[in-house]
Amino acid sequence: MTLLDRHGFRPDPFRRLPAAEIAGHPAVIVPLADVQAGLLVRALGQRIGIDIANTLPAEDATAFANQVDLIAIAFPGFADGRGFTLARRLRRAGFRGILRAVGPLIPDQFAYAMACGFDEVELPDAVATRQGEAAWLADLAIYSTSYQRDYARGQNILEARREARTGGAT
Amino acid sequence: MSTAKLQPLPAILIANDLLTGDTVFFTGDGWTRHPGEALLAGDEAASIRLEAAGQEAMQLNRVVDAYLVDVVLSEGGIPVPRHFRERFRLLGPTIRPDLGKQAEFPGLAAQAGRTR
Amino acid sequence: MYRYDEFDAAFVRDRVAQFSAQVQRRLAGALTEDEFKPLRLQNGVYLQLHAYMLRIAIPYGTLSARQLRQLALIGERFDRSYGHFTTRQNLQFNWIQLKDVPEILALLADVEMHAIQTSGNCIRNVTADQFAGVAADEIEDPRPVAELIRQWSTAHPEFSFLPRKFKIAVTGAAEDRAAVSVHDIGLRIVRHPETGETGYAVLVGGGLGRTPMVGKWVRDFLPKPHLLAYLEALMRVYNAEGRRDNKYKARVKILVHEIGIEAFRDRVEAEFAQLDPLRIQADAAEVGRIERYFAPPAYAELQDNPPALRRARAANPEFDRWVAQNGFPHKVPGYQAVTLSLKGIGEAPGDITSAGMRLVAELADRHSFGEIRVTHAQNLVLPNVRQDELFDLWHALAAGGLATANAGLITDIIACPGLDYCALATARSIPIAQALATRFAAPDRQQEIGPLAIKISGCINACGHHHVGHIGILGLEKRGEESYQITLGGDAGNASAIGEILGPGLGADEVPDAIERLLAVYLDHRQPGELFVDSVRRLGIQPFKAAFNAELRHDAA
Repeated sequence: MTLLDRHGFRPDPFRRLPAAEIAGHPAVIVPLADVQAGLLVRALGQRIGIDIANTLPAEDATAFANQVDLIAIAFPGFADGRGFTLARRLRRAGFRGILRAVGPLIPDQFAYAMACGFDEVELPDAVATRQGEAAWLADLAIYSTSYQRDYARGQNILEARREARTGGAT
Repeated sequence: MSTAKLQPLPAILIANDLLTGDTVFFTGDGWTRHPGEALLAGDEAASIRLEAAGQEAMQLNRVVDAYLVDVVLSEGGIPVPRHFRERFRLLGPTIRPDLGKQAEFPGLAAQAGRTR
Repeated sequence: MYRYDEFDAAFVRDRVAQFSAQVQRRLAGALTEDEFKPLRLQNGVYLQLHAYMLRIAIPYGTLSARQLRQLALIGERFDRSYGHFTTRQNLQFNWIQLKDVPEILALLADVEMHAIQTSGNCIRNVTADQFAGVAADEIEDPRPVAELIRQWSTAHPEFSFLPRKFKIAVTGAAEDRAAVSVHDIGLRIVRHPETGETGYAVLVGGGLGRTPMVGKWVRDFLPKPHLLAYLEALMRVYNAEGRRDNKYKARVKILVHEIGIEAFRDRVEAEFAQLDPLRIQADAAEVGRIERYFAPPAYAELQDNPPALRRARAANPEFDRWVAQNGFPHKVPGYQAVTLSLKGIGEAPGDITSAGMRLVAELADRHSFGEIRVTHAQNLVLPNVRQDELFDLWHALAAGGLATANAGLITDIIACPGLDYCALATARSIPIAQALATRFAAPDRQQEIGPLAIKISGCINACGHHHVGHIGILGLEKRGEESYQITLGGDAGNASAIGEILGPGLGADEVPDAIERLLAVYLDHRQPGELFVDSVRRLGIQPFKAAFNAELRHDAA
């Protein structure tokens, strides 16, 4: 798997392990079923993340969201957009850790993923080979503006119009 | 269309050109827009080769949606699909004889023995 | 009309650049066909039987003369000098090459147009009443809110990979001419019964296709400032919970049907309760900015039914018939909205040549403040014609073959492109429409039959809206032949209803006679002034069914 954030491909500091084997690893992702066990044996400073399905109700994830450092939402296929909504709901519930999209996304979704609250994408290597770093970073640069308010995206057009009307004062 | 089981024969390989969208036919060593130049697979081995050629052309991003279509050879030498959908595709819109392959290749409709 | 500001203009340019790059990545193999397909669909590009097809958005059916001229040019330069207007107020070109699409999109951007979200599993082009802003029965012009929704839904980060397509329609009139009840969301502009304030009544879960359903009320009154937050809440519930295991069960209508409208409403309201509408809604100044673009043009002060019109009508029966049939009451005295029929007898419904587009553009400039509307019935409308100029207009239209006086009559048939063009179709549609129009061409016969909506789809996806035709025709394949299933009693308007199947499928050549038999029942049994669909409602389906099945030549399996 290849990890990508808004600056490009980078090494993944997290390892996927069951809760019983996390000792000695500085950053781990455990299965959702292991989260309680993992938190119990967590060492000081050890970072713990969880893997969740995109069908998990947001309420079920927010229960322990403030105790984990990373939530990885699975995208079974790139056309399955449920992860975008789940990310939005987790952010709204106050999750401030790392939000990771895991699966065969395509570069043309990267800006959308960021806008919905994701920080990074974990790709199958085959996808990352076929669609290199440049294609992903290009997607972030294509649109200077967007039409939706309240999404984590650069300038939105409605605010820009408001500023233009008021001469820059907000 | 991954299996050649029960593929009725004879058959031709039909697809759309990725860049133009044109309906094209496999000739044995390339693709043609004229159905009269399509390679006819008369036995199972030949139809498996045709299907493999379609897979390869899709992987090479030359065509999309390549599949085998079973045909009857008309008296005019045109492989005419048995199914009406593919017959319309071969010739062009039935309501606009001035458009499509039927217009582009004079005589094609007659050679294909258009019945409907 | 809405005009792009610098931000809208930059956005569509960025989009063209993005799609150009996507095409290059596809050709290079970086994008597979499976990955590219949703991207091209969200830019209106389909792969059809003979070529690519490009579906261009005409948001809420409003088009300027300048834009129509550009469409004519695109048709000549990149297609076969004609286009096809669809049941969702879009325009399709049938003979497009993928390599030309970026250039075409750039030409569209030059005239403030695009093909964004005319297909794909996203929020589609928003449709509206074709008489918006001019209809006498209107509470409020629906176009400003349609434009607001267009912008909000464009390249939405969260809602661009939905379970399935999502269609929104808006009307501000008493009579529903936008078929809002068969859309995923239908919005009706209504007045609050107590305060008199205008807001929205919201229908959800309508749709045609394999499982036709009429929308259900989810909110009786939504205050205007809550609209975008409410839509966001509704889309979020659908995106999270809509089925993805079966494309035929993925529309929101199935979710609403499976969990029930009450449960669906509760979930939407629960989501909505967590949102701050004012953080999502455009502010009042922005709404006002959009509204000002739809201010009425500078109408002259005129009287209705001027002497010049009366004289011309009296002197020319054909013109008189056209005014009576294709005219629509305008809210301003002395003006008329008129339908330009794209249903010439024997023509393909909704088709118009580039020359025809230029003629309409010129006449719109001369007679209608440069504005044209596209109807969901696949016709055009000039919305603002002076009544004392109708005769000149009619002459010019007649010379171009665009003065067929059949709006709303039996030959004003809706038909999808069907298997003559469409890769999804199971049978042809257009030849059936042509055969029926030819059979019932005689003007007196059409008048005698009166208003009647025949709608034809070439497959179960129902782009031809056959379920809501007074008479619906669905083309299927049966034992290797084209077969046509007839339904009766559908309605797309205020009394929306899904038609009932009359009997076994027919061969194409049997369809006109079968329709004749249905008409005979109507003509025999109608009460004075009763419309076809009202007779069907009163009599029930049985007498029609009996007549339909009486002379079928083959088995009733």
